[in-house]
Amino acid sequence: MTTALTQTVGLTRPKTTRFNANPIIRIVLMLLALSAMSGLAIITLFIFKEGVPIIAKVGFRHFLFSSNWYPLEGEFGIFSMIMGSLAVTAGAMVVGMVFGLGCAILLTQFCPPRWVSIIKPAIELLAGIPSVVYGFIGVAILVPFIRDYLGGPGLSVLASSIVLGVMTLPTITSISVDALQAVPRTYGEGSIALGATEWQTTYMVILKAARSGIVAAVILGMGRAIGETMAVIMVAGNTLDVPHSILDPVRTLTSNIALEMGYAAGDHRKALFATGVTLFVIIMILNTIALTVSRRRSKGKVLAK
Amino acid sequence: MRISPKHSQRIAVTVMWAIAGLTLAVLAFIISYILWHGLRHITWTFLTEPPQSMGREGGVLPMIVGTLWVTGLAVLIAAPVGIAAAIYLTEYTREGRMTAIIRFGADCLAGIPSIIFGLFGFVFFVITLGMGFSILSGALTLALMVLPTIIRTSEEAIRAVPKSYRDVSFGLGSTRWQMVTWVVLRSALPGICTGVVLSIGRSISETAAVMLTAGSAMGFPHSIFESSRTLSLHFYILSREGISMSNAYATASVLILSILGINLFAYWLMRRFVAKAV
Repeated sequence: MTTALTQTVGLTRPKTTRFNANPIIRIVLMLLALSAMSGLAIITLFIFKEGVPIIAKVGFRHFLFSSNWYPLEGEFGIFSMIMGSLAVTAGAMVVGMVFGLGCAILLTQFCPPRWVSIIKPAIELLAGIPSVVYGFIGVAILVPFIRDYLGGPGLSVLASSIVLGVMTLPTITSISVDALQAVPRTYGEGSIALGATEWQTTYMVILKAARSGIVAAVILGMGRAIGETMAVIMVAGNTLDVPHSILDPVRTLTSNIALEMGYAAGDHRKALFATGVTLFVIIMILNTIALTVSRRRSKGKVLAK
Repeated sequence: MRISPKHSQRIAVTVMWAIAGLTLAVLAFIISYILWHGLRHITWTFLTEPPQSMGREGGVLPMIVGTLWVTGLAVLIAAPVGIAAAIYLTEYTREGRMTAIIRFGADCLAGIPSIIFGLFGFVFFVITLGMGFSILSGALTLALMVLPTIIRTSEEAIRAVPKSYRDVSFGLGSTRWQMVTWVVLRSALPGICTGVVLSIGRSISETAAVMLTAGSAMGFPHSIFESSRTLSLHFYILSREGISMSNAYATASVLILSILGINLFAYWLMRRFVAKAV
């Protein structure tokens, strides 16, 4: 269109033999855009290169399903940590879902705009607080409370679940809010017109329509919880047993890496990388599920943060 | 007994307000608890002196400098790359296999936990590239970590620029690159800055990744090739090893205050951006 216009008006660009930089700019930008993908590739490569040989040496089964972690004797079994991570994540999801979804539904359906402009930034701020501060508050307040009123050592699955639940709440809320807002307004209006109350509309129509986005939100929250490190180290107790109750202390995959990386060497260090490989695989599976679930509905749309 | 729809509506709304109220209360409690215990220990000497006897006494100046170096360098590396990626995605290509690959990479990178970044930074930057525990290793690791955030927020900001701006720019005879730099980037700037500012916040709070890459040396860093302990790691070590509670609270207060400032700034930028777009 532009060329047509310039031709009719009789204005053409001066015909200097200027060097056309456009293709070069395009290629440079494309290479920079591929940096994230190449970063991902190189991370995968190096983590696997360090971790996989030791898994092969110990034996895949033994590594995953043995609870014996005695680095000095060359015993590397991470079963108790896998169970620890799962227990803590499951607990965190209960807390994160109730609070995260509750906030998301309130923000999109029932909240007057003036309050939205207070609650939303507050939840974003919650995401900005350093994880060490969460861990610290957990140790200072939550752990003594659990020890005194519920029994056990206090450092426990329960304490970690609550701390992680609060930490994953912003992720779950912000993605669910996007999913709920993407539901066409006519759906809700139709339901109201049929005589349903706002709450009936919300849980029968809107939540159902936004289901896939909410599932994605919860799965991404799960990834956050399972990958969190510093806060969990501080409140989980880090013992090497499979937990039997929510008041038992546990060690997660992440805290195992962070706790022992400082002094590990040789096979021990490699085994920590192998722990990282396990974590990496779990996270990638969760991410892929979340991406496919949310892409299936909104094809071509970018997954919101 | 059946609860009438009207009642269940009232109950549901009450429960959700309670949930939101509790969430806000948790936030307010965390911030006020830290500041209440920490603010009175923040003195001029605390901010301007190096720590003594493992942090039991003295201040946190080297940690503040170290944090600024690591964070600043990380964002300085990640921002140009991330913004370039966003420009490519929005202005230089159509949706297709290439954009799908780029988005997949960014989305996956965003989901990777910080401890994995730490492990990677340790084996790649610290050992393989021979940078050792240093500010540079930490900054490169963090740059990779915040890259997806910057790509995504910049992309959203650039997409929000009205198409008519681009048409007018082309109509005046500009090249694509002139259009991008003079028109699109200029009006998307507040939005892009919001993403960058939030990445600064994320880098400041990060602990696990810098622990394995920047190390925990307490000395004053003189170059980016030296190891330096960041504020968040200093706080972690002080509180976990019970070295000094008053200094731990004070360090946490410095952290919380900077995060508060950064978030307020980002919020202000965002509002300006939204006000301009409408």
